[in-house]
Parts: sequence; structure tokens; C-alpha cells
Amino acid sequence: MSTQASRSAARLMLSPAVIFLLVWMIVPLALTLWFSFQRYNLLAPERSGFIWFDNYLSFVSSPAFWGAIVNTLILVVGVLAVTVIGGLLVALLIDQPIWGQGPVRILVIAPFFIMPPVAALIWKNMFFNPTNGLFGELFKFVGLRPFDFLGQAPLASIVVIVAWQWLPFATLILLTALQSLSSEQLEAAEMDGAPPLKRFGYIVLPHLARAITVVVLIQTIFLLGILVEILVTTNGGPGAQSTTLTFLVYKEAILDSDAGTAAAGGVVAVVLANIVAIFLMRAIGKNLDA
Amino acid sequence: MGEITLRNVSKSFGTTTVIPDIDLEIANGEFVVFVGPSGCGKSTLLRLIAGLEDVSGGTIAIDGRDVTREAPAKRGLAMVFQSYALYPHMSVRNNIAFPLKMAGEDKAVIDKKVNDAARVLNLTDYLDRRPGQLSGGQRQRVAIGRAIVRQPAAFLFDEPLSNLDAALRGTMRLEISELHQRLAKTMIYVTHDQVEAMTMADKIVVLNAGKVEQVGSPLDLYRFPRNLFVAGFIGSPRMNLVSGEPAARRGAAMMGARPEHIRISRENGEWPGTVGVAEHLGADTFLHVHTDAAGTVTVRADGEVALNHGDRVFLSPDPAKIHLFGADGLATPRSAPAMQGAAH
Amino acid sequence: MARAVTAQRKTLNTILAWAVALLIAFPIIWTVLTSFKPEPQAVASPPIWFGFDWTVKNYVDVQNQRNYFDYFLNSVIIALGSTALGILIAIPAAWSMAFVPGRKVRDLLMWMLSTKMMPAVAVLTPIYLIFIWLGLLDTRIGLVVVIMLINLPIIVWMLYTYFREIPGEILEAARMDGASLWNEIRYVLTPMAVPGIASTVLLNIILAWNEAFWTIVLTTTDAAPLTKFISGFSSPQGLFYAKLSAASTMAIAPILIMGWFSQRQLVRGLTFGAVK
Repeated sequence: MSTQASRSAARLMLSPAVIFLLVWMIVPLALTLWFSFQRYNLLAPERSGFIWFDNYLSFVSSPAFWGAIVNTLILVVGVLAVTVIGGLLVALLIDQPIWGQGPVRILVIAPFFIMPPVAALIWKNMFFNPTNGLFGELFKFVGLRPFDFLGQAPLASIVVIVAWQWLPFATLILLTALQSLSSEQLEAAEMDGAPPLKRFGYIVLPHLARAITVVVLIQTIFLLGILVEILVTTNGGPGAQSTTLTFLVYKEAILDSDAGTAAAGGVVAVVLANIVAIFLMRAIGKNLDA
Repeated sequence: MGEITLRNVSKSFGTTTVIPDIDLEIANGEFVVFVGPSGCGKSTLLRLIAGLEDVSGGTIAIDGRDVTREAPAKRGLAMVFQSYALYPHMSVRNNIAFPLKMAGEDKAVIDKKVNDAARVLNLTDYLDRRPGQLSGGQRQRVAIGRAIVRQPAAFLFDEPLSNLDAALRGTMRLEISELHQRLAKTMIYVTHDQVEAMTMADKIVVLNAGKVEQVGSPLDLYRFPRNLFVAGFIGSPRMNLVSGEPAARRGAAMMGARPEHIRISRENGEWPGTVGVAEHLGADTFLHVHTDAAGTVTVRADGEVALNHGDRVFLSPDPAKIHLFGADGLATPRSAPAMQGAAH
Repeated sequence: MARAVTAQRKTLNTILAWAVALLIAFPIIWTVLTSFKPEPQAVASPPIWFGFDWTVKNYVDVQNQRNYFDYFLNSVIIALGSTALGILIAIPAAWSMAFVPGRKVRDLLMWMLSTKMMPAVAVLTPIYLIFIWLGLLDTRIGLVVVIMLINLPIIVWMLYTYFREIPGEILEAARMDGASLWNEIRYVLTPMAVPGIASTVLLNIILAWNEAFWTIVLTTTDAAPLTKFISGFSSPQGLFYAKLSAASTMAIAPILIMGWFSQRQLVRGLTFGAVK
């Protein structure tokens, strides 16, 4: 249904969106690249100049760097594991015939709509706090000494907070995919004599494969950028135990005002994210016309 | 009014050429049917005439005026879509009034025209309903009403009956034919159903892979198909096409005999055979007979015939009604003078 | 899974499902309950579950002592502003992609979505500096533009999928009926797309309200929305659990309500259609 007239109109109507996004992408990224090759500290702006890859070298060789990479990996993999497996189990549970499916869904999905600062502080104060938190009370109740979660196991605690926030997302996606599985397929398998566990393994799981892939890839993109939960609970500490790559760059930029190093760190983060994005594009692109 | 001329019209989508080159003349007031198998380009051709697609080459003229570069609304045509394309959020009244509203007509004028159209189409009781509350046939009429109020030079129909069940299709076919008689306007009708084509058309354009195979009146196409494609496409059940000995004997590469032009006999005939499937419809009987000489032949017999699976029969094609085709697929012209005027 | 199941099995499943659901939602429930407790009772040990002295003092205090409403207003302005701006830009873009097809549409869409995957830290420094140079730091308008930009791909994507569901023939009919492009959009497309547009708006308001990177980095006081306000409580300042709970409850209440209605849009919007 395209004619010359409608094609030119289309191009015109696309331009604002395209122009905005193009500028949004190119200008900041170009500047980041530019800064990454410079010595540029906002607190001492007179000392500037081209230093090529020095920022990158100092960033990568800083003591916090590799720890940050490891922490990032732990955070992402940890949250993925909890949300995908947990999400699958919860989705399977909710998919069963139960009374009150509506309210149950609402309760399960609620954490996703809580803004990150609120979620982080709820967990920090209500649960993890050794003196007043509920976990502390629980430990006292069974006779143990309260555990300082955020002090002793900062990364693990943050994984819990983030996983709690993202569990509903995984559950919702997997539940949607589950419910799109035609019952006829399962009935045919049953007629063919397959027991429930085999039906799950041979029919349900493969059907969910695409949904699980999507959950993993999309969550990874967002998880790589987690900042507030760390900022508000542990501030990256104690030391650098809960510092991720994103937090490291943020620290350099805002707290240390070191624009040059932060830019270099930013480029490293982009490279990491692009690798993930390529895989995501391939998964989505397949389904775009479906 | 309503005279449409196509010269050297071609259409390509990217590198795929859908319509290579078409010339066509449509006279004022004619009911023309574009018919052909799926993908033959008939809908594309209609959309080119409507202006919903640009031609890749050639010209389209309406009443002598070159409209090739004009927008659809300016061409003075109205279209009834396969899905009716009614505006679901508007009442029937507003659906029919929409084109008039777009043309900027007075409210009073719009009301009058809408009521007139509704009366003609028996929609007066439904004017305030939404399309979702109407039956298939009623929705069709609303679509037609929306086309009528525009008082177009010609009406375009894109497979309008495909979405209806068989019974409704028969009724709507009659209604559209009656509408044509009443309005006496040019109508171009696209369908893949050759029964619709045969019953409704003044002129049929048979299309195949973007090419016009033949243009003519329904009976012209029935009696004198110009090639194998048209011979096999027009007529239901399909003409029996036989190659090999029976064709060679008559001096052709392929011979064709319609099921209704073959005599059945229990005693003697040209092709002996055994009845395979026998379809008894009461008014007709269709027999699918396996013969050695001519393969499986479909034969139509009048009324009820007591022949069933396994019976032995003899088939003889009526010599006056045989079609002969050369190796190139073209029909060798039959002795037309003898055929004309001869009652079937 | 639509076969009849024994009442016994169903009861078991129901109990299990409700237990899991309540466990997951517990932190939220606990926060809401705590917001109505007097401060000392909020941190009582052992914890008081239901038998406390209900009070709304915390809510009152939060507004009086901290000007809560100002932050709330900023959140509203940013959420609505960025959504409105985004919709304005996205509707024409999504229209052209949905109804004037071409092989390039898919590539364009992919590119747009890819801009969302750019890590925010990568452009943190330049954006921060640009904001300082342009005097946009701690302004609502600056934040509205940034939040709009990060959500624009999702808005365009969602509108595109909704527009695609509108039968193209109806728009062609409008064209044949003499409607200009503007009339086509006004009288036919938009009324039919209203549910889709509403869903997109809903989802985007939620995303903008909860955005917790740029809203924290690019604001100090004037334009600070609730995200910034709440994150300021990261260091404890005396007894404040109940008040924090009240502030939190008020911050999340609007979104929780909207979230109830937007489950399906969530799936559509955030998975980019990869899961139906």
C-alpha cells in the first residue's frame, strides 16, 4: 500500500525520532571517546592534554578493576540464576488451576514496580539490618547471633535485592510463554504415553527455550547498569567488595570527578554491553516478523 | 462516464515483476470480472486502477483523463474491500457518511444521501449500530453503501464474497448483480471463483501470472477458450484434458471435453472404463471414470443415474463440442460459424 | 492445562501459590503496615505484626518536615512530561513504520532498540558535562528530555506493534474515501489506536517514575524527584523507619496501582515482542 506520496510522508514523520536518537547516541559517545584519551579532572581542569591510552591502562590496572569485573559477573549470573529458576517454578505454580489467580499474580508481580531506591532501602533497613531487621529477629528467635548481611556478604545481599525486583519480570514472561503452549500438544504427548516429567522435559522446556533466552538477555542488559541499589546500601563497600564495573565508573566520574578515567571505563562498559546486545539482536530479530 | 483504459500497464515490487504488460479497455457501465488463481495479479491490477499502488510503467485513463499519477481519492472511484474495511469505532451512519464528510459536504446533504443509500440497501434499521453488531451480509451492504454515496465513476470490488458462507454468497451475488442493473455503473470485480465470474460478468478478464490470457463474455470463454489455461480454468467441474492417442487421432497434442459434453453408455463408446467415485447430488450425477485410453475422466449426467463404484461404462465425447490444442497450448480454432446460434 | 482437576489437588496448589505470593510480596506488605506504626513500635523487638496503634502521623510528618509533595510533584512532571513528549515524537514514527513497509523498517527498529542498550555509565560524563555547560543541571526540563530519550525506543516499538494490528485495509478505505493524511490519522487511526496508545502511556509513566539513574545523577534539589529523595535516606538518621515506610508507601502507591492494569503491556514492551 505504498505510493510515492505516502513514502515521502513516511520519511518526514520518521525524522524527529531518528534525529533525536541519532544525536543522543552519537554526541555523548563521541565525547566519551574524546575524553577517554585525555587527562581531564574536573577538580583540576588546568592539567589537560592528550594522553592516548593512559586512562585505559590506569583504569584496567587499578586494584578495583578486576574485582569490579568479577563482582559484575557474580551479580549478573547470581540474579539470572535466581530469577530464571525461581521464575520458572513460580510460573509453573501460578499456571495451575488455583483459586484467586488474579490476586496471586498481582502479589507476585508487585516487586517489579517498586522504584529501586525504595526496594534497596526496604531490604537494607527492614531485613538486613542486624539490630532492627526482621532477619536479625529471625536469627535471634532461633537462638543465633544476628548476621550483618550488608557488612559481611555485601554482594550476595545485593543479589538478593536485585533478584527480588526482577523475579516478577521473569515470572511474567515465562508465565506468558507457558500459557501460549497449546494444551493439545501436551494432550497428544499424554496419549502417546509420556509421563509428566518427560512431558515437561520434551515439550514444555523446549517451548520455553525462547522465552528463557529473552529473559536472560534482556535482564543482562539491565543488570549491567545497576547502580542505585549499590549506591544506597553499601556504596560499593566494604572496601570494594560490592563494587561493580558500573559503580566503578560512577565513582570515578561523580565522586572523584575524574572525567578522563571515567570515560575510559565507560568505553569498556560499552564494549561489554555490545557483546551482549549482539546476541540479543539475533534472538529478537528472528521474532520480529512473527 | 466510467470508461477505463489501461495502456502498457506494468508493476514490479523491487526486482519481482508481478505484471509485465497489460492493455485493457473497459466500457462505461460494464460489469468486468478479473479472475484467476491466487497470485495471478488480479488484486494488484485492481489496486493499480484504484491508485492504492503506483504503476511501474504505462498509463491509466478514466473517461479520457490520465489518472496515472493521481491520488486514489481524486480518481472518482469507490472500492469495496475483501474484509469490508468498515470503521469499527463509527456507527453505520457515520461509516457511510465518511466519504461525504471528507469531501466537505453540508450536513443536510450528507444526511439525505446517507438515508437514501440506507433505503436502497435495506439498512435503515441499522443506521445507529456499530459494524461489530452486524452480520456478514449486513456489513457487506454497509461497505457497498459507503461506496454508493460517493457516486463514483466506477465501483471496484476486491473479492467481496470470500468471507461469507456459501448460502450467503449466493444471495449477495444476486444483490450485487441487481445493484449493477439498477445503477448502470461500471463495476470491476475481482474473484478467484469462476462461478462468480461466469454468473455476474458482462466481460471476463482471465489472468495468469500477471498476463491476460483471454478477455471475453462468459459464454465466449466457455465455448471458445483460447488456450489450455482458460479451458481448464473456466467451467466446473474442470474440462477433461487428454493427451496421447485420443488427441493424436484427432490431429492435436491435447484434446479437451467438458464433463457435460461426454455421453455415457453401458453398451458401447469410444473409451471403455470403470466407475471410481460416483457423486450423486440428485439434480446431477458426477462420475469419475478410470479409462485406459484417456486416464481418469469426469463425466456429468443429468438427474439421477444408477451407476456406482465398480460399474463398467463406455464414454464418448460429443464430437461437436471437442476442443483441440496444439503443442504450444493454444487452441486450434473451432468451426465457429457452425457453433454460433446452435442451441446447446 | 485446562482439564478438570480434583478439588484436593486444587486446594493444595492454591495454598502453595498463595504462600509463595505472600512471601514475595511480604516486604511491600510489611512496609505499608510499618508506615502506620508509631516510630518506637516500628522497630520493636520482637516485631509487632498487627496489634499496633495505627496512626497517620508518619505521613503528616514526612510532608511537613521534608516537603515530600515537592518531590512527588517533580516525579509527576517528569513522568508525564517525558511520556507526552515521547508520544508526540513516536506516533508519527510508528505510523510510518507500520504502514509504509519496507525492508529497512526492520533494521531501523532494531537500531532504535539498540540505543536503549547503551550502558548509561558510558555517557555519564559527557551528559553530565553537557548539562552543566547548558545550565540544565537540576532542571526538570533537562530531565524530561533525557528520560524521554531513554524510553523513546520502547514507546516507538510498542506503538509500532499496536499500529500493525490495525488492518491496513481500513486505512486504505479511508484514503479511497478522500481522507488526507491528517484526516486519516485523526478520524480513523487514532480512535482505533487509543487502547494501544493508552497502554503505551501507562507503561512509560511507570518506567519514567521508577527511573533511578539519571534522576539521581542529574538533580540536586530543585528538580529532584522521589527517586532522589528516597535514596537520600541511605544513611540512618535516628529513628525513622516508620517515616521511611510512609515515604516509601507514598512513592510506590501510584505505580503499584498502575501496574495492576499493565501486565500485558509490560510483556509486550519490555521483551520487544520476542515473547507473545
